[in-house]
Amino acid sequence: MAYDYAPFPYVAPPGLTAPEARHKVVIVGAGPIGLAMAIDLAQQGVPSVVLDDNNVVSVGSRAICWAKRTLEIFDRLGVGERMLDKGVTWKVGRQFHGKDEVYSFDLLPEPGHKYPAFINLQQYYVEQYLVERAQALGDLIDLRFLNKVTDHRDHGDHVSLQIATPDGDYTLETDWYIACEGAGSPTRQRMGLPFEGQTFEEHFLIVDVEMEQSPFGDHDTPERWFWFAPPFHKGQSALLHKQPDNIYRIDLQLGPETDPKTEATEEKVIPRIRAIVGDTPFRLDWMSVYKFRCAKLDRFVHGRVLFVGDSAHVVSPFGARGGNGGIQDVDNLGWKLARVIHGRSPAALLETYNQERTHGSAENILNSSRATNFMTPKSAIESVFRDQVLALATDHPFARKLINSGRLSQPCTLRGMALQTAAPDAPIQPGDPLIDAPLLDAGRPAWLIAKAQGQFTLLRVGHDPIPDIPGFARIGIGHSGDYPCFEDPQGLAAERYGTDHLYLLRPDGHVCAAFRHTDAAAIATAYARATTGPRNDDP
Amino acid sequence: MMILDDKLGRHGDAFYAELMDLHEGLTPDQSHALNARLVLILANEIADPARLTALMQAARPTAATKG
Ligand SMILES: Cc1cc2nc3c(=O)[nH]c(=O)nc-3n(C[C@H](O)[C@H](O)[C@H](O)COP(=O)(O)OP(=O)(O)OC[C@H]3O[C@@H](n4cnc5c(N)ncnc54)[C@H](O)[C@@H]3O)c2cc1C
Repeated sequence: MAYDYAPFPYVAPPGLTAPEARHKVVIVGAGPIGLAMAIDLAQQGVPSVVLDDNNVVSVGSRAICWAKRTLEIFDRLGVGERMLDKGVTWKVGRQFHGKDEVYSFDLLPEPGHKYPAFINLQQYYVEQYLVERAQALGDLIDLRFLNKVTDHRDHGDHVSLQIATPDGDYTLETDWYIACEGAGSPTRQRMGLPFEGQTFEEHFLIVDVEMEQSPFGDHDTPERWFWFAPPFHKGQSALLHKQPDNIYRIDLQLGPETDPKTEATEEKVIPRIRAIVGDTPFRLDWMSVYKFRCAKLDRFVHGRVLFVGDSAHVVSPFGARGGNGGIQDVDNLGWKLARVIHGRSPAALLETYNQERTHGSAENILNSSRATNFMTPKSAIESVFRDQVLALATDHPFARKLINSGRLSQPCTLRGMALQTAAPDAPIQPGDPLIDAPLLDAGRPAWLIAKAQGQFTLLRVGHDPIPDIPGFARIGIGHSGDYPCFEDPQGLAAERYGTDHLYLLRPDGHVCAAFRHTDAAAIATAYARATTGPRNDDP
Repeated sequence: MMILDDKLGRHGDAFYAELMDLHEGLTPDQSHALNARLVLILANEIADPARLTALMQAARPTAATKG
């Protein structure tokens, strides 16, 4: 059944009749990133106003692949389990050349994690769940649909903005302005900020079809199937994914010389789908033709204006790094901005959002552009190399590794960056994200990441207790104490974290320091480092 | 038949991208010549004659059958 795009209600904002008091945070854009940003801040006691020029969720499925780390973040924001329940779980990708399978990969070969490598779930469901979660936090989140931001100005100590509504225009003032307006970001354009990168000439047709019978054939288990030169789509590439509600995503490469308008029509699309699924009945749910681009801002922090999600960076979708990268931005910025607003950290801490996430987004761009380049050779010689990699891949494992149809989203490591304190022999290195493990909480199943993220936390696996150092939450695993302690029923926490390190965790679930010896002064130094931002001698 | 395991590891994508960059802007003849030079240079690095023979054979059948 087709998704029911019920519009969200518009309510005339108070600012139309009388000036509103200066807000702490205004978020422009209620896509997945703006909504997640508002929820993250609200969970840390920071109120925000969210403005969106529209009043429905994403039209068309758009982002469908949500990665493990994103789901762990969504878990903290209160929507992860709902997404997991509705979503289609998958972890195996298969690559075909012509009709032959040349290579398959398993993205999460080991058990003992709450969330799978990936789920597929249409962006409209994700946005719906986030809107409902934001509405449940209604005391702290003021969601305003059909409120289009038309201008803004940074005054140094605050930002003022102009908003158009169906009832006329009004202005707002805010301490912090977060631009989450997507790839076309009007804020970025108003500020004249360069958004440079690579545009790919190739067109891609993206189609969602609803059908009862699985196009994966006898494979019941949903997977990611990618074809180079498929038998049903000559000389190009194709991608197949399963979504909930019996909807299948089919991406077809169309080549550079294509007219997007005529391609995105039923007459053109139906025969292409028939070539894949044969006579099986199907319903076209959504289709669109895209050209993809990889680009980013140089800086994500400009005074009191902060860029998050697609407004800061865009990638081609092979590797599912767009929405997933944006959620990692939110995770990174949320606790920092909350600390600055609560007066617990200097505003300089926000500079580390800029450093850490421009680094993460550069990595995402590098991976997505390499994949897109491999899939769409620009010259005869690139085609020769690509085809010979595929030919060698049948016999040789080394060539299979070179086949690149998208390196799927992985959280980036923040090793060596300003907030981390080095600990060379810690099994999980400072800067790395937490690794999940199954626990028992008074006999009931629980998960390590769900227990440990959200605040600065000291964590230790093994017999040794964690000393009481004011200001930190404590999580003990494999021992007991007067703080939350859990059992490690399968020994996986001990295996993954070792038993001879005390870890200091950031609220965004990254390790920021690890200690062999419990030394309160060393812990205090690491914490100070993690909460104050770059020192003068940092690059 | 010889099976060639992966030795590039996580550097594979970077190597491939660098190789494509190396060919950027060359005519087909220039690319062809570049490839020949590269094969000769890499052969000299490998040096071991038995290994070279095996590697040349590994390249040959695939190229012949899959063109
Ligand atoms: C075909 C396709 C497939 C994709 N697949 C994946 C995938 O599998 N996994 C993945 O992670 N990502 C994927 N992506 C990328 C993903 O969709 C984006 O990264 C994601 O939507 C970015 O979210 P956002 O909130 O930053 O921006 P958007 O979703 O674009 O939301 C921006 C919001 O801002 C509003 N807005 C704009 N201007 C104004 C204004 N002036 N005033 C008020 N509001 C405004 C808009 O109405 C919109 O609601 C895909 C994208 C496409 C196109």
